Amino acid sequence: MFELKSLIDITDLTPEEIDELIATAEDIIENPDKYREKCKYKKLATLFFEPSTRTRLSFEAAMLELGGSVIGFSESNSSSASKGESVSDTVKVVSCYADIIAMRHPKEGAPMIASMRSDVPVINAGDGGHNHPTQTLADLLTIKREKGHFDNLTIGFCGDLKFGRTVHSLINAMVRYKNVKFVFISPQELKIPDYIKTEVLDANSIQYCETSSLEHYMSELDILYMTRVQRERFFNEADYVRLKDSYVLTNEKLQSAKEDMCVLHPLPRVNEISVDVDDNPRACYFKQVKNGKYIREALILKMLGIE
Amino acid sequence: MNIDAIRNGIVIDHIKAGRAMDIYKFLRLDELDCSIAIIKNASSEKMGKKDIIKIDTVLDMDLDALGYIDPNISVNIIKDGKLIEKRHVELPATLKNVIKCENPRCITSCEQEIPHIFKLTNREKGVYRCIYCESAPKQKSE
Ligand SMILES: [Zn+2]
Repeated sequence: MFELKSLIDITDLTPEEIDELIATAEDIIENPDKYREKCKYKKLATLFFEPSTRTRLSFEAAMLELGGSVIGFSESNSSSASKGESVSDTVKVVSCYADIIAMRHPKEGAPMIASMRSDVPVINAGDGGHNHPTQTLADLLTIKREKGHFDNLTIGFCGDLKFGRTVHSLINAMVRYKNVKFVFISPQELKIPDYIKTEVLDANSIQYCETSSLEHYMSELDILYMTRVQRERFFNEADYVRLKDSYVLTNEKLQSAKEDMCVLHPLPRVNEISVDVDDNPRACYFKQVKNGKYIREALILKMLGIE
Repeated sequence: MNIDAIRNGIVIDHIKAGRAMDIYKFLRLDELDCSIAIIKNASSEKMGKKDIIKIDTVLDMDLDALGYIDPNISVNIIKDGKLIEKRHVELPATLKNVIKCENPRCITSCEQEIPHIFKLTNREKGVYRCIYCESAPKQKSE
């Protein structure tokens, strides 16, 4: 049993704590009945200062599966925030009602402020382009269930590696395991930032390479983590149009991939994974969504101190 | 006040020439009642020219943040007219309300009354990051 008052960044959790969460999530998957009333009479508040239906539903489904209830709001113009109330005050008030809070906010660091002011545990459900630790936990549970381990994996990241927070978080989580290698696949404009290379990769003596070709290292990958290439990241439309199709995954491009390679994607996708890949046995992105709910259940239990 | 002789106080030495007033403002020395001497462009073997500030009172202030402004500074503590301690300031581990986060996406840009706190994440390169958004301020210009 670990003590965790809030989860803001994936590195707030040690690898041992992540193992514990994964073990609980796997037990929930095996024995759902055992958990149906674990959170009876407990309330989760979902404070979504910007809409994210997908993440909110995952948290709410997780709490309902545990027999708890859910309160909250899903956009700031229906809340006190639109009347000028600070995050600190909103959280102070809500922590009088709820046993645990999941918070999404467009500003980076808002959930950290919340955790400093709240009397109940706070989970960061996404703060701008900064952190989204429960997505990373969903990624990790999926990798564990598909691969059985975190060591000795070669992970390809494809798409927007410059702004992609899910990419940065997963890198931060994975550098803590043995013999992990990375392949960064992106256009020049969206390469992995230098500070991640120096402060995370080099600091942990991690082997990595960069390429602009999705096919080039395909046969070496154990995991391929796809992300969206967003139009607004480009200076001009012509560059976007030129590049967007180079980073679209199709069954054809997967031909040289290992049989048991896993394709992950934090979703929503636009067109970066062709729909025909959905039936490929390597596609794991919908399993990832399910795993997201299970790991959130495990997290809620742990943070409420319920065995 | 005799510029050379302080009975009880501190001498902030080896300030990069021309930066004394920045330090003066940063430490809010204008709020003190005691006598203070600012010596500009003193000759220095090590630095060529340097600035010095002498403060003729026992100060109870956090001088470590000086390390952020200029890590070459040394602080001499004078008691009964004698040098009792010579300190080199180091880069402080945290900076509270010394610099402001300039990231427009940071919660500090819209939430009032949050302390601006930075943590030293790379001592070698002197990199500080905002504890909320983790962005680093642009490196100070010399
Ligand atoms: Zn900031």
